[in-house]
Order: sequence, then C-alpha cells, then structure tokens
Amino acid sequence: MAHVRFDRVSKSYPGGHQALTDLSFELAQGEMAFLTGHSGAGKSTLLKLIMLMEKASQGQVLVDGVNLARVANSQIPYHRRRVGVVFQNHQLLFDRSVFENVALPLRISGYTSRDLERRVRAALDKVGLLSKEKQNPIELSGGEQQRVGIARAVVNKPSLILADEPTGNLDPKLSGEIMGLFEQFNGVGVSVLVASHDLALINRMDYRVIGLNQGRLAGERAAGGVRG
Amino acid sequence: MAKPSASNQQSRVTMQSQGSAYIQHHKLMAVDSLKRLLAAPAASLMTWLVLAIALSLPMTLYVALENVKQLSRNWDQSSQISVYLKKGVMSRFADELTAEIADFPNVSSAVYISPEQALKEFSVSTGLSDVIFGLDDNPLPGVISVIPRLNSQDENGLEQLQQKLEALRHVDSVQLDLIWVKRLYQFMELGQRLVWALAALLGLAVLLIIGNTIRLSIENRRDEIRVVKLVGGTDAFVRRPFLYTGLWFGLGGGIIAWILLSIGLFWLSGPVEQLISLYGSDFSLKGLGFSDSLLLIFDGVILGWLGAWLAVSRHLSTIEP
Repeated sequence: MAHVRFDRVSKSYPGGHQALTDLSFELAQGEMAFLTGHSGAGKSTLLKLIMLMEKASQGQVLVDGVNLARVANSQIPYHRRRVGVVFQNHQLLFDRSVFENVALPLRISGYTSRDLERRVRAALDKVGLLSKEKQNPIELSGGEQQRVGIARAVVNKPSLILADEPTGNLDPKLSGEIMGLFEQFNGVGVSVLVASHDLALINRMDYRVIGLNQGRLAGERAAGGVRG
Repeated sequence: MAKPSASNQQSRVTMQSQGSAYIQHHKLMAVDSLKRLLAAPAASLMTWLVLAIALSLPMTLYVALENVKQLSRNWDQSSQISVYLKKGVMSRFADELTAEIADFPNVSSAVYISPEQALKEFSVSTGLSDVIFGLDDNPLPGVISVIPRLNSQDENGLEQLQQKLEALRHVDSVQLDLIWVKRLYQFMELGQRLVWALAALLGLAVLLIIGNTIRLSIENRRDEIRVVKLVGGTDAFVRRPFLYTGLWFGLGGGIIAWILLSIGLFWLSGPVEQLISLYGSDFSLKGLGFSDSLLLIFDGVILGWLGAWLAVSRHLSTIEP
C-alpha cells in the first residue's frame, strides 16, 4: 500500500489562488523521493496537505490508507505525531536548549524523563550534536540548527519524514550532509519526501523526482535514471 | 496494513507512563509559568496589585456588612414592645394583664410600669420635675414593657404578637419599636446586594485583566505555539502553560488582597472599638475568618484560571501552523 497517495487533489485558497490542480501521485512505503519545482509551484502546499495544515479543496489525500478529509480536528495532533517535518527555517525555539527543542515532541506524546532522555540523546547522536545538547540553538551554525530540526523530526520515530527546502540556506557541502542523514533514515525503512529546488544536489542523488509546475504534475523521473 | 518496523516502535507509550508523564508535564508547566512571571517581577507585581485591589474591594464591603450585622444583633435582642394601657385602668387589672402577657409563648418578659412610676422616671431623666409637679393630673398612661422572644428570621411573628396584644382588654395601643430595626435590615439587604453587584463587576474586571495579560503572553509565544501544534501538541497541551499563568496571577492577587485587607482591618480596629465602646458596647471588629480568607484566595485562583481559559480559547485558534 502506498504510504502517501494524492488522488486528483486540487487546492485553492480563498481569494482564488490555485495552488494545486488535479494532482495525483503516490509515495510507496519506505520510498524516498524529491519534490521539485520553482517557488510557487505548490511544493509547500503539497506538504501542508499531508501535515493537515491545510485541507484539500477537491480530491483525496491518503496517508497510511487514511483519508485525511475524514480526520476530525481533535485527531489532527495524533496524525502529526506520526509524521516528522523539517523546515527550511527549522522552526527552533530559542528560549530553550537544544535538548529541550528535540524533547518537545516526546513531551507532547507523553514520555517520562528517563525514556525521553534516552531517545533525545539517541536522536542528537544520530545528527552528530550530542555534545551540544545544553547549548541554545541560537549559538549554533545554520547547518547545526538544521540538524537539530532533523533530530526533532525523527525523535518520535515517525514512519514518514517530510522536508521543505531543508538545505535552502546551506552551502553544497552541508547540504550533502543533510541529504545523507535523510538517506540514512530511509535506509531503515522510513518514507522520505524532500521538497527542494536544488537541482544540482538532486541530480547527484539517485532517487525518484516528482516535478511540479504551477500546481500541476510536470513530470516524473524514476530512481535509477541518473548517469554515473 | 503493513507498516515498516520504525512505525511500530513509534509512540509506544504505556498508559501508566503516559499518566506519570502527564503529571510530570503539569508540574513542569506550573513551575515554568511561575518562573516566567517572576522573570518580569515589575510587570507581574503590577498585575498582581491590580487584581488584589479588584478582589479586595467587594471583600471589604462584605466585612463591613458582617460587622454591622453583628452589631445589630445586639440591638435586635434589646428591642421591646410598649403596650400602652387605657387611662384609669386599675393597677390590679394591669398586674393581671402583665402576668397574662408574660405567659405568652413568644414573650420573654413583661414588666408593668405604672403611671406614677413613669412620671417619676420621666422627671428624673429630664430634670423637669418642677413642671411636672405643676400638673394637676398625671398625663402618662400605664405601660407594659414587653420583651419578645425574638426569632430574627420571623418578622411576621412580631406583627402577630402586636395584633394579639392590641386585642387584649384595657390595651389602648401597642408600639412596636422595631421599625428602625426593620429599616436597618432593609439597608443591610441593600448593602448585601451591593456587595454582590460589586463582586460581580470586579470579578468581571479580574477576568478581563487576566484575559488581556494572557493574550499578550500568547502573542509573545506565538512561535512556540505554532511549533507545538506542528509536532502534534493537542489543544490541552498548548493551553496548559497559559492556564497555569492565569492560576498564578489569581493566587498572587488573592494573597495580596488578603494582606491588604488584613492590614486595613488592623489599622481600623483600634479606632472603631474605641468609638463603639463610647456607646457602652463591648463590640470588637470582626476580621476575615479562616473560611472567608480561603474563599477570597480561592476566588482569585478560580477567576485567574477562568480568565486564562477564556483568553486561550479565544486566541489559540487564530494561531495555526
């Protein structure tokens, strides 16, 4: 079964802006794929629909076979706990330590201190920031901040990770490291969907690419299509 | 549905650990929100003072009213009914009548004051003995002074007693010296309603003050709320720190109000007791009892919590990721 499935989805905003038009695609369980397109092509809207930050105007979005249109408002938080998200501006909170930033999803899900500490340290270790857990994220570099964001996205062990321009502000070397992290998560069975317009980076990696143009599917390239 | 192994491990939290995590988070939020208040001591103190003043005003009026009530209870017991006898009633009949009245179930005592006795008392108390000696005839009637066994709740009882006395032989008229007591009761009834009205208005003010303060703190933590909602925080989770903030505001306001009131009472008690003692009463100013104090502080807490709740439910829905 597809992990994420868009079935003829359209999204228009009040005021008439058509963000997505008649879009259909599937992301398989355990698949990693890129979502590309110019800014305004609808990448962010697509991710927001999966996160239930927006609801489709037409068509159906299914995650794990659940039609998101049928998810009651009170159930939205529980849906979001099953999806890890990474943002371009990483959305960290600067009033607390790196540790507390990463711990937030676990506190929300109801973990006790002991479990929580173990998991937070494991996530920070995975992104190579275990030594900086007590620092405030504002003291970290851009690449490190993004890695904290990733640690927060994976600390709850979601089966699906979404990333919206995760390398937007980073140089090629750091970008490569970040993508490497996503590859690692994908390697243990997590489905990953990365929105990015960094074509150079995408072309270096051998994954499926879904192209969007003005809210429509503009073309797909299957994995394995990259030459040496 | 075949899920990858990663998702099977995700969110595996037992009910028990979830419960203790819930309590842990409550503690965390309670401490955290208090720390935030204390981190801005001047602003918090100002809010606390405003709340304290709003809380203490109706309570002050309430205490004043309680004291007047206590004072009037003494007067209430000394209230009496004067039964004026017709002129020329012989003292033998008057004595019989007095004994009869004294046997009434709702009469505590009855004393006959003869016209001669009354005249003597009158001349002594007024110093007009010369004038009185100049009179040919004693103008005063015989009076039976009746002290009713008063049940303060039962106003009709007094009137019935009055009617019963009026119907007796030899009785000219019955004077109930209670009209002013009744008036006092009316005033106190009015005062009580005033307390309620004031309490309602100022309670509303407390709600608005706290609501506005919480609204500001929601604005300040907009980013945090957005992130919490994004990573799956429920509304209850998002609401929690703000409810605790409101609770701390209310508790602080209540305690300061109590302190203000206690200082005020202490300051007033000396002069008030001196004043009352001039009237020969051993009245002592009644302060805030334990239950009243608890009520005051509890009201503060409830209003604080409620104000926060209103503000949060109004403003939280506008912050969506």
